[in-house]
Amino acid sequence: MRSHRSYTPWLLVAPALLWLAVFNLWPALNTSVLSFTNVHTLSGGSFIGLRNYSLMWQDPHLRDAILNTLVFMAVCVPLLTFLPLLLALLVQRTLPFMGFFRTVFYFPVIASAVVVAMIWQWLLDDRGLVNGLAQQAGWIHSALPFLTDRWLLLFSAIALTVWKGLGYYMVLYLSALGNVRRELHEAAAVDGAGTVRRFWSVTVPGVRGTMALVAMLIAVNAMRVFAELYVLGGRTGGIGGQDVSLVMLIQQAASGADGRLGYASALSVLLFFLTVGPLLLLARWNRRED
Amino acid sequence: MEHQLRRRSPVFDSVTPLGLTARYLTLLVVLAITVGPMLWELSTSLKSATEDVYTATPRLLPAHPSTAAYGQVSRTVPIAKFALNSLIVAVFCVGGNLVGATAAGYALARLEFRGRRLVLGLFLATLVLPGEVTVISQYQTVTRLGFGNSLLGVALPSMIGALNVLLMRNAFLAIPAELEDAAVLDGANVWQRLRYLGLPSAKGTLSVIAILTFIAAWDDFLWPLLVLQSPDKLTLTVGLSYLHSVFSADPRTMAAGTMIALVPVLVLFTALQRFFFRGVGEGAVKG
Repeated sequence: MRSHRSYTPWLLVAPALLWLAVFNLWPALNTSVLSFTNVHTLSGGSFIGLRNYSLMWQDPHLRDAILNTLVFMAVCVPLLTFLPLLLALLVQRTLPFMGFFRTVFYFPVIASAVVVAMIWQWLLDDRGLVNGLAQQAGWIHSALPFLTDRWLLLFSAIALTVWKGLGYYMVLYLSALGNVRRELHEAAAVDGAGTVRRFWSVTVPGVRGTMALVAMLIAVNAMRVFAELYVLGGRTGGIGGQDVSLVMLIQQAASGADGRLGYASALSVLLFFLTVGPLLLLARWNRRED
Repeated sequence: MEHQLRRRSPVFDSVTPLGLTARYLTLLVVLAITVGPMLWELSTSLKSATEDVYTATPRLLPAHPSTAAYGQVSRTVPIAKFALNSLIVAVFCVGGNLVGATAAGYALARLEFRGRRLVLGLFLATLVLPGEVTVISQYQTVTRLGFGNSLLGVALPSMIGALNVLLMRNAFLAIPAELEDAAVLDGANVWQRLRYLGLPSAKGTLSVIAILTFIAAWDDFLWPLLVLQSPDKLTLTVGLSYLHSVFSADPRTMAAGTMIALVPVLVLFTALQRFFFRGVGEGAVKG
């Protein structure tokens, strides 16, 4: 019935397939090949076996980057898994101005990470709004070094990541909440379950699939953090480069006329395994749920 | 009682005035947290040179509003040129995705051909590949194709996204088979079915893709940072970070620069948010 000249579908698929091949599949293969070479931006380079990988393990910045990522994930995953759900519940109901709140809560998502980091840099400056207000309230006596202390800088980057992510995951939860069965809430309410009780026994189980997805997305995104730390930490990842991320190391290695593309590729391969790990976990989880 | 319960929202259903007040108060607190930083930045950008922006007693409203900082930005860096560059990249990306993802999505959803499952699998497999992983090799590819240090080079890799192809496929899958069978019986060919049956019913997803692609292109940082070298070709985000290193001493100028990057996308999104939230609600983003 839906038979036709067989070239038509291929004609339609061809551009997308070409893009996929040139900009996704080929770079993926090529990255792994490059990781075994000492290719530079302007020179061909040659095969050097596992040298890049052994260099990687001696790089103290890599250890910092992985530690930072783990802390990032440990804080971001629980916060960004639950806060947006509460937010979605707040704006879910059809009440006056809900459309306005949804739209405005999505504003930080739309903003570029660079812009967000610049705004927060201004907020968190020694003489910025946060320190000013805290000093006025008498909570602190001298300014907190949000942008220069190793851990405070990392937590500042986490704070702005949570701030920027709230609206995005709120929207994911909004579409999932539509599937939570109302009868269950009614039954629970008739049985005398309060709001908190019903949140844990009806809402959370109802959106568990989305929660798993959201948690994995946050974990993967924590692995990919770049602009936030790049801007907040002043291009180097804080003083002494202790607040670097994995992507920042890749960018640093590849930058400039004499960028070490081979070494950057080895770091990319590591990034691949670290991000695909959580995704495979998610896939397994989904299969078990089905 | 039964009737009343059915009309109530699943959770946090506060029918009491107290509950409603608590809900709106919470919403206002969240509102202050989400837009507060942006308003503070806007306010800083409008403060005149004589006003102390570092004041220990912060003032949200500028004492003597002035747009001097905006003039200062445009004298320091060609910010209008940067904005135009970002716009060009974003238009390339939106155009490419609307055409490319529609075509491929339709074929994958509605046409049968040998190898369809394999092609679909390839698109799906791409989703687990974060862009940052392939960025180095992409950079090499784009440079070798002769598009290094060009706006087209910035736009090129994201002109057809695998995720968008799959979203369009989902949208086209939602068309009832009977409708299409009727069209076939009426003698409609593939192109006519795509034009008159497919596109109208995928409008929601198309607008979501257009909005998200535009925002992603406008906001992107790592990729243009790698591709572009000439100062006159920089996109807004890269240009801003350049301004940042030159002018970090003056918060007003920095704030004006960020506002120039922020306000256009916020206005665009607000204008189109109806389509966005409706399109998302249609199942474009599935949990």
